[in-house]
Amino acid sequence: MDLSGLALGLETALQPGNILICLLGVTLGTLVGVLPGIGPTATVALLLPITFNFDPIASLIMLAGIYYGAQYGGSTTAILLNLPGESSAAVTALDGHQMALQGRAGPALATAALGSFFAGTVATVVLALFAPPLASAALKFGPAEYFALVVLGLIASIALASGSPIKAVAMIVLGLLLGTMGQDLNTGVPRFTFGIRELYNGLDFVSLAVGMFGLAEIIRNLERRQSASLVTKKVRGLWLTRKDARAITWPVLRGTTMGSLLGVLPGAGHVLAAFTSYSLEKRLSRTPERFGRGAIQGVAAPESANNAAAQTSFIPLLTLGLPAHPVMALLVGAFIIQGITPGPNVINDEPALFWGLIASMWVGNLLLVMLNLPLIGLWVRMLTVPYEVLFPAIIAFAAIGCYSLGLNAWDVFAIAASGVLGYALIRWGCEPAPLLLGFVLGPLLEENLRRAMIISRGDPTVFVTRPISATLLLLAVAALVVSALPAVRRKREVVFTEED
Amino acid sequence: MATAGRRRPFVPDLLAGGVFVLLGLAFAIGGARYDVGSALRMGPGYVPLLLGGILTVLGLVIIAQAFLGGDQPARELADQERAPVPWWRAALLVAGVLYFGATVRGMGLAPTLFVMTFLVALAGHRSGVVRALITAAGLTVLCLVVFVYLLQLRLPLFGTWLGR
Repeated sequence: MDLSGLALGLETALQPGNILICLLGVTLGTLVGVLPGIGPTATVALLLPITFNFDPIASLIMLAGIYYGAQYGGSTTAILLNLPGESSAAVTALDGHQMALQGRAGPALATAALGSFFAGTVATVVLALFAPPLASAALKFGPAEYFALVVLGLIASIALASGSPIKAVAMIVLGLLLGTMGQDLNTGVPRFTFGIRELYNGLDFVSLAVGMFGLAEIIRNLERRQSASLVTKKVRGLWLTRKDARAITWPVLRGTTMGSLLGVLPGAGHVLAAFTSYSLEKRLSRTPERFGRGAIQGVAAPESANNAAAQTSFIPLLTLGLPAHPVMALLVGAFIIQGITPGPNVINDEPALFWGLIASMWVGNLLLVMLNLPLIGLWVRMLTVPYEVLFPAIIAFAAIGCYSLGLNAWDVFAIAASGVLGYALIRWGCEPAPLLLGFVLGPLLEENLRRAMIISRGDPTVFVTRPISATLLLLAVAALVVSALPAVRRKREVVFTEED
Repeated sequence: MATAGRRRPFVPDLLAGGVFVLLGLAFAIGGARYDVGSALRMGPGYVPLLLGGILTVLGLVIIAQAFLGGDQPARELADQERAPVPWWRAALLVAGVLYFGATVRGMGLAPTLFVMTFLVALAGHRSGVVRALITAAGLTVLCLVVFVYLLQLRLPLFGTWLGR
């Protein structure tokens, strides 16, 4: 077991400045993530511009902190308001909100935080053990293998979309196309820039993310008045009884295992992990009828699974440069803006960054437990700030942040355009996450396609004659077929609508 | 098309498919106007032309699906939660963001922020002009404190249009 890298990482992450940055990220993440209707992805997208004011390591540490804070904030809203910000928190809401209604919001929140912390700790070690060998394997990949890998990643992301697979594929392709805007890497020809100099660098990724997830989400929230039953008065007595502690031990352990394994899957690993571990606990329980009526195991298992999966989903990102879910896609964008190409080289070229990021995730988890649990009263009070004040603040922050990155007015216009497009597409049953993945991976896909074709002298069979590439493409086809099968689709609908 | 007569086409699918066809064609035609090249040496237009074509086909399939009963889960979902589009609220949000982009350089951060947050705040469900003005004033001060004093962003508070 070689954990010397992790030691280097801890050294980096435990520098006072970096701890402070991580703390800032966790706090901001919780602050925004706790807002109803704004899930972790929207939170990270909205706060992304702020992080670029720091050096690469600090900014990525802050982003990781924001992500964890946002997840925790999301669980808080799910438990207290029954308003999950994303599908994986929907599982937590099932029993968590019931607990809150019974006056046990405190133990529910504590279970979520402690389960997440334990899962995060285990998954950090898993990540540290498996990332380096995987990265060195990926270094042997040629352009054909990379192309196949990106295709697999994109196809697998269809599992993220809860709607029709064909719409998800269309969204991916649209994302890839939007990614071709700007100067062509090989020839320098400006594509789809309409002669506007500011668009030569392509569509700004931050603007696209802020528009598609942030602005579109806010417009959706304005469709109807916010009507939520707040149970803030009942938050007292955070501590778990001895009986509670015994009840959650095994669910937390099983959830952690499940999450660590499923989190590596590209696509919706964390959603799958939360749902699977919840149904596993229900099946194993001697009192399955209590699930859905405030069973503490129903909070412990999915929260641990979710958080473990969140951690191990960094494995494909850091070793292959392949984002496993939308937040990871945002991180790829952040890496690229900092001048780092995420992939197998990061571990050797930037060891301090690689291990620092991993270690700071654990530090972030620790800070969450140490700070957010005592401060829960404060976060709950955040929920009483009227939405009429919150959303203008969020939009103002996002606009200033985007503009300050490049002092480019077109980046701000792009927020408005992608917000409108995103809102329309969401209303028509198309999820924005695959589009964003396509946008981020588009240049990588095109680059490797072109290189592979040059190496093979224009012979397209190169993708199926090389074994690794053929296997990856075969997996992609299999994923596509499976997700389109009526039986699987029906099952998936059940999974995504079970919370009703 | 016997089914088409029995059932109205599913409108969200029609619209989504239509947008995909439009954008697909736009990228394909645009791509064809650049150097397309060959499979061996792909020019800048090759990939957009290829992907634009794929998107157009996908859009057409989605449109066809709309006539054949539509994407069933989406249909059910649409029936469940059909909230009207908040047209003017959305318009205010978009107007606020566009205003910010258009004037932040010329007017400077402070006045631009005030107008923008005012426009955006008007979109709220319970905010009248007075409440929006108060929100805007408060948020402008908050943003200036956070971004200019705490984060030290070098954005001028008042721009060149105001004689600075």
